[in-house]
Amino acid sequence: MALLKRLARHELPVVSFTLNGEACSGRVGDTVLTAILTQSDRLRPSDFSGAPRAGFCQMGACQDCWVLTGDGGRIRACSTALEPGMRLQTMMEPRS
Amino acid sequence: MSDATRPLIVGAGPAGIRAAQILVSSGIRPAVIDEAPSGGGQIYRQRLVADERSAKDLYGSEAAKATALHGTFAGIRDRIDYYPETLVWNLRDKAADAVTGHRTRRIPFSHLILATGATDRVLPFPGWTLPGVFTLGGSQIALKSQGCAIGEEVVFLGSGPLLYLVAWQYVKAGANVAAVLDTSQFSAKLHLLRGLFAQPSVVLRGFRYAAELMARGVAVRFGVQPVRIDGATRVEGVVWRERDVEHRLACDAIGYGFSLRSETQLADLAGCRFVFDARDRAWRPERDGAGRTTMPGVYIAGDGAGIAGADAAELAGERAGLALLEDVGLSVDHVRIGVLERKLASISKFRDVLEAAFPFPQAWANGISDDVTLCRCEEIAIGAVRDAVRDQGVFELNRLKALTRVGMGRCQGRMCGNAAVEVLAAACGQSPDAVGRLRAQPPIKPIPLGVMAEEETA
Ligand SMILES: Cc1cc2nc3c(=O)[nH]c(=O)nc-3n(C[C@H](O)[C@H](O)[C@H](O)COP(=O)(O)OP(=O)(O)OC[C@H]3O[C@@H](n4cnc5c(N)ncnc54)[C@H](O)[C@@H]3O)c2cc1C
Ligand code: FES
Repeated sequence: MALLKRLARHELPVVSFTLNGEACSGRVGDTVLTAILTQSDRLRPSDFSGAPRAGFCQMGACQDCWVLTGDGGRIRACSTALEPGMRLQTMMEPRS
Repeated sequence: MSDATRPLIVGAGPAGIRAAQILVSSGIRPAVIDEAPSGGGQIYRQRLVADERSAKDLYGSEAAKATALHGTFAGIRDRIDYYPETLVWNLRDKAADAVTGHRTRRIPFSHLILATGATDRVLPFPGWTLPGVFTLGGSQIALKSQGCAIGEEVVFLGSGPLLYLVAWQYVKAGANVAAVLDTSQFSAKLHLLRGLFAQPSVVLRGFRYAAELMARGVAVRFGVQPVRIDGATRVEGVVWRERDVEHRLACDAIGYGFSLRSETQLADLAGCRFVFDARDRAWRPERDGAGRTTMPGVYIAGDGAGIAGADAAELAGERAGLALLEDVGLSVDHVRIGVLERKLASISKFRDVLEAAFPFPQAWANGISDDVTLCRCEEIAIGAVRDAVRDQGVFELNRLKALTRVGMGRCQGRMCGNAAVEVLAAACGQSPDAVGRLRAQPPIKPIPLGVMAEEETA
């Protein structure tokens, strides 16, 4: 399922969060993108066709990594640090 | 110099940090803004938290430069006004609109140094929106900053020095690299021999990376024409053509890119005049050898001024800082200026060599089929450009944008802009400089909802 493969940083403290309601864990220093894609293979459906997307540039340029948070907010996964207790959603309805 | 000298530097990469250092050394206190949480820019990007890896592990042959730059930035920290995790999203009336989290504020400046760097230049082809496809730069960030490979079996595809560098960094870090697929011909690499005089260490390092990849059993192919990335909901393989024979390789991740493109939106908003750079196949802000743009008090340095690499970015940042000092009437070291300008000229010549060794795939624009997604944000196909040319007589990029929405999505053309130019120009039978340039619009990147309103009532 996972897209990204961890090669380092295995020993860093664990950070707990939920992904679509399920308990998950990442590492201190992970971005939200890393935390999600080390367990899943998508971040969002594309706006129109709903095809799966999982980021692209990882440097805040393509805007293809926006995910929903529990409070209805949107964050850019590649440039947001993972925080304990985050409730992340990768399932949203496409725009049309 | 008056007390009213309050320069703003956008970008804390090699160019921005060296510019700040020069200003600080003359007693000026610049503001430095960067979207990233810490200084270093793209190449010398820092991790969010330290881990078991050393600077050598992260930055390889460039570790000493990275450490020196980070050290410089830490050393001037209390003599600058530094705004990390802050995006400059607009420039107007000698002030920057800058957003940190949900708060936006206006930061006035007397002078502006733009050191905004670059992102990957990408071209669409079938399958490029699948999960598991990342840019080359993105693949490198995953490794450096996050300690992750983009997959279990990775293929690197495209052109440019970063192709071999990232592949080699992956292998060193213990990732499985299935292949390096270079779209340029092997014979083009012979141009690098010309570069041996100008930048011997860079050229030799490049050859070493390629040799080590091959020695470790990584398939390195030249003259590759990408056909498609296979996969239903994520990458399952890549198909390419080599001398008319089709090849397929199973893999679960692709890192790809064709060199870099400059981030020039702020220079546009600042009112700078642009010129077409035939080598980069892109418009860039016009500047003199010191980094002065056509707008008084606005300077530009580093990859945001045209692609030249990290060493040039440091030199150009220093040079732009010195230009600012000259312009406010402070004394500067002219011997040093001579040295900087000579080194920059030499690197610029070397860029010509690199461009010849890793040429842009010019055949792409006519070969790419109509149904391939051009714009990732708005999901517009290549065919929409050709239709607009044929049915509506479009021959200019901003007109194309208005009619098709290409370049209007969330990324503001960062991902599709170069490709749109190439397809439009090819469909019109023109060269890329003839179809115009996408205008930047504020906010130059999406800012959180609610921020605008808060600012308007302020
Ligand atoms: C992922 C990647 C890897 C690279 N690796 C190499 C390499 O190994 N060797 C090499 O020679 N070159 C490399 N390059 C090229 C690289 O861009 C330059 O070498 C070097 O980093 C350029 O320095 P710079 O100071 O011009 O810009 P950058 O280092 O790109 O720094 C620009 C900074 O400006 C900030 N910024 C931009 N716009 C805004 C804004 N509107 N608001 C706030 N902040 C902003 C960015 O966050 C960034 O930190 C790489 C480029 C990329 C993208
Ligand atoms: S992956 Fe491109 S903006 Fe986050």
